[in-house]
Amino acid sequence: MDTVDRFTIADKTFTSRLFVGTGKYSSPAVMVQAHDASGAEMITVAVRRVNISDRSKESLLDFIDTSRYVILPNTAGCYTADEAIRTARLGREAGLSNWVKLEVIGDERTLFPDNEALLEATRVLVREGFVVLPYTSDDPIVCRKLEDAGASAIMPLGAPIGSGLGIQNVNNLRIIREFARVPLVVDAGVGTASDAALAMELGADAVLMNTAIAGAQDPVAMAEAMKLAVRAGRLAFTSGRIPRKLYANASSPVEGLVGR
Amino acid sequence: MRITLNGDTHEVAKPLTVAELLEQLDIDPRRVAVEHNLVVLKRGTFAETMVQEGDAIEIVNFVGGGSSKG
Repeated sequence: MDTVDRFTIADKTFTSRLFVGTGKYSSPAVMVQAHDASGAEMITVAVRRVNISDRSKESLLDFIDTSRYVILPNTAGCYTADEAIRTARLGREAGLSNWVKLEVIGDERTLFPDNEALLEATRVLVREGFVVLPYTSDDPIVCRKLEDAGASAIMPLGAPIGSGLGIQNVNNLRIIREFARVPLVVDAGVGTASDAALAMELGADAVLMNTAIAGAQDPVAMAEAMKLAVRAGRLAFTSGRIPRKLYANASSPVEGLVGR
Repeated sequence: MRITLNGDTHEVAKPLTVAELLEQLDIDPRRVAVEHNLVVLKRGTFAETMVQEGDAIEIVNFVGGGSSKG
């Protein structure tokens, strides 16, 4: 029997439920090792202007084995639907893939999404044949609207990007899980392994993170911790946890006690 | 003639193709995407797309990132 736990977004099937980023690493070598330790199969990258005056810098793709990883261009740093749409189109040409992690940011301090602009950009890009994975608020109604707009997955935040605060609104994520008819990826906010496990225990199909791994003192070891946490959380979710009770319920027999 | 390249004024001797521009800039065309006057170009059209006086060119590639930086 095939017991491998797979899941599918659009036309791609994954066995790893951990997606990772490429930012903030101390060196490309550490990034490569961390990616390897994470077991991830999809890696997100940013799209930026080439530095015309300084051509000495190596390209990120020099370090990433594109036969091993799915490259997911993102529209990080875009503040309007138009910017995000342009960036997505450029990312498609640079990467020759029609997948995009769509971000339209509404505010510099929180990096919270501008959901109105995000919906608009999703509609346009879906019409153009993109597989759109939108980074969004942990709002069940917005997630439903994104699904209706044709998003191939929904990616609500657990907490603000890079904050490491962990899952802030467990109840909303539960509701989003119940509503969702497309894969649910918790994107951003994870600080440590238990946060990733919790996201998976809530029923997320996958978790996407960057800073929690890249910013750790030992990114390679943290990448492995995240791999294990995502697996543990997934397994706990599919195993059906016991209900929570107010009082104790003994796990040893109450009959046959000595002296009674 | 002057063009706008990645937001800055850039001087080139005469009209040229996008492929020629990339070569002048020592940029490997396989690693970048190019936008010409707000239209994203298919890589196969670099050799036939002419850059004229006043055109706006954006040349981008992939860099490290996970989520938004402001």
